[in-house]
Amino acid sequence: MNTANDDTGAPVVVRNLVSQYGQTRIHDDISFAVEQGEIFVIMGSSGSGKTTLLRHLIGLAEPTSGHIELLGRSIFDISRAELIDLRKKIGVAFQSGALINSMSVADNIELPLKQHTKLDPATIRIMCRLKLELMNLSGAEDYMPAQLSGGMLKRAGLARAVITDPSVLFFDEPSAGLDPVTAVELDQLILRLRDSLSMTIIVITHELESALKIADRIMVIGDGKIRAIGNVDEIRRSEDPAVQALLARRAMSDGIDAETYLSRLTGETSDD
Amino acid sequence: MPTLTASARDSVFERLQGLGRMGIFFWRMIMAGVTQRLQIGVLIRQIHFIGARSMLVIGVAGAFVGMVVALQFYDTLVRFGSVSLLGSAVGLSLIRELAPVLTALIVIGRAGSAMCAELGIMRSDNQIDAIECMAIDAYAYLVTPRFIATVIAVPLLTALFNIIGIGGGWFVGVVIFDLSEGAYFVSMADSVLWRDLAMNLTKATVFGAIIAWVCTGKAFLMHLGREPAFGAEGVSRTTTDAVVIASISILFADYLISALML
Repeated sequence: MNTANDDTGAPVVVRNLVSQYGQTRIHDDISFAVEQGEIFVIMGSSGSGKTTLLRHLIGLAEPTSGHIELLGRSIFDISRAELIDLRKKIGVAFQSGALINSMSVADNIELPLKQHTKLDPATIRIMCRLKLELMNLSGAEDYMPAQLSGGMLKRAGLARAVITDPSVLFFDEPSAGLDPVTAVELDQLILRLRDSLSMTIIVITHELESALKIADRIMVIGDGKIRAIGNVDEIRRSEDPAVQALLARRAMSDGIDAETYLSRLTGETSDD
Repeated sequence: MPTLTASARDSVFERLQGLGRMGIFFWRMIMAGVTQRLQIGVLIRQIHFIGARSMLVIGVAGAFVGMVVALQFYDTLVRFGSVSLLGSAVGLSLIRELAPVLTALIVIGRAGSAMCAELGIMRSDNQIDAIECMAIDAYAYLVTPRFIATVIAVPLLTALFNIIGIGGGWFVGVVIFDLSEGAYFVSMADSVLWRDLAMNLTKATVFGAIIAWVCTGKAFLMHLGREPAFGAEGVSRTTTDAVVIASISILFADYLISALML
């Protein structure tokens, strides 16, 4: 199992991450490292803390304890200005696209270039169109986000995330809510980005088919812990019940006894 | 002293935390203005939205407030045979109190609530997170230009309110009640001092800062705290809170500034 023990030069390193929401522990001592140029898929059932983990990795939410290194910098030990500077080297594609509603698609995609470079507007527009071509969105530059379908929003969000050719790309739920054809297109796009730009890509998903197709390595999380981590074959061979349930698309029974079940229904604690 | 219950303690603690977050928000907003490049495009759009597009409603409100103030004062002054003081009464009440307070309340209703709802939706839909992830300081990009725009626009709108309000008072006093035009303006010029105009400008500037701080801060921080707000209901609740808090804060600040400057 490849964990954070062997992480020299890894663009993303997580050590002993613990996060809590109120009294609920979401992540319990999680450690892993993502290697340069790999597609690392984080899987888990709904509510397993995948998106929260992503928010920790990109510095949007501070964990209760633990250490996160992004491109060699400990993101919660640096100043806000340094974190903003570090983010110039990463791209994040959000589940909903998160395009700025008041701007056209082109203005959204061009925003990082307009903010961080001195390129002339014509060059920026050409770069924007290149990315739109790559995402099969050519001709959509003048649309407003409200005029796009769910799949188009995701692809436009991805175009914006890769417009600066980042070293590390984070992609939250690329296939969620998409039709099978669009989902396959997005998978191919992720593979193309890795192959053509040598990007390190971290994908958060609960779509098994997509994960098995694109991943170099998969990490399955559940009940706050890493249930399995490794390449596709290693994941398939895992004997962890949660991983097997995920692979077999089987419901997990939480094995409660009749008394606890009754207490849960009536809202009384079993100690009563 | 009565013992505080645990929930009351929690509630007080939560409110103090909220105040602390708003304090840090204010500090970051100011620091972003000092250290980051000013987003001129966003600033101009916001001045247009908050200032230029509020001119009509401020003008109409100013006219009617000036007219009703003149009407009320005329009715009172005529009993004491002092109608020649109408210009002075209208000028002082508008410039010292009514123009800055009413302008601020109108701006809260028209632009502050819109600003809060817009940023609230952006927070709820991860758009603010996306801006941060594009290595853009969300304070410098979204908050500081709105703050500067409001601080510029509110005093200008207040000046417009002053002028149109005085014009409304002139219409009632001179045109309807046939007072001498000279007496109306001379009594006003004699009694309105520079310090009254300074009070007018101070109030308008402080009120502009309060509107921008509360309306952007409430939206920006709506996902934090014991009861984070999300979605349509969250945006609606946050906007209502922002309007109420900004309005009350302005009335409180109005008293404070009046007490200090009179």
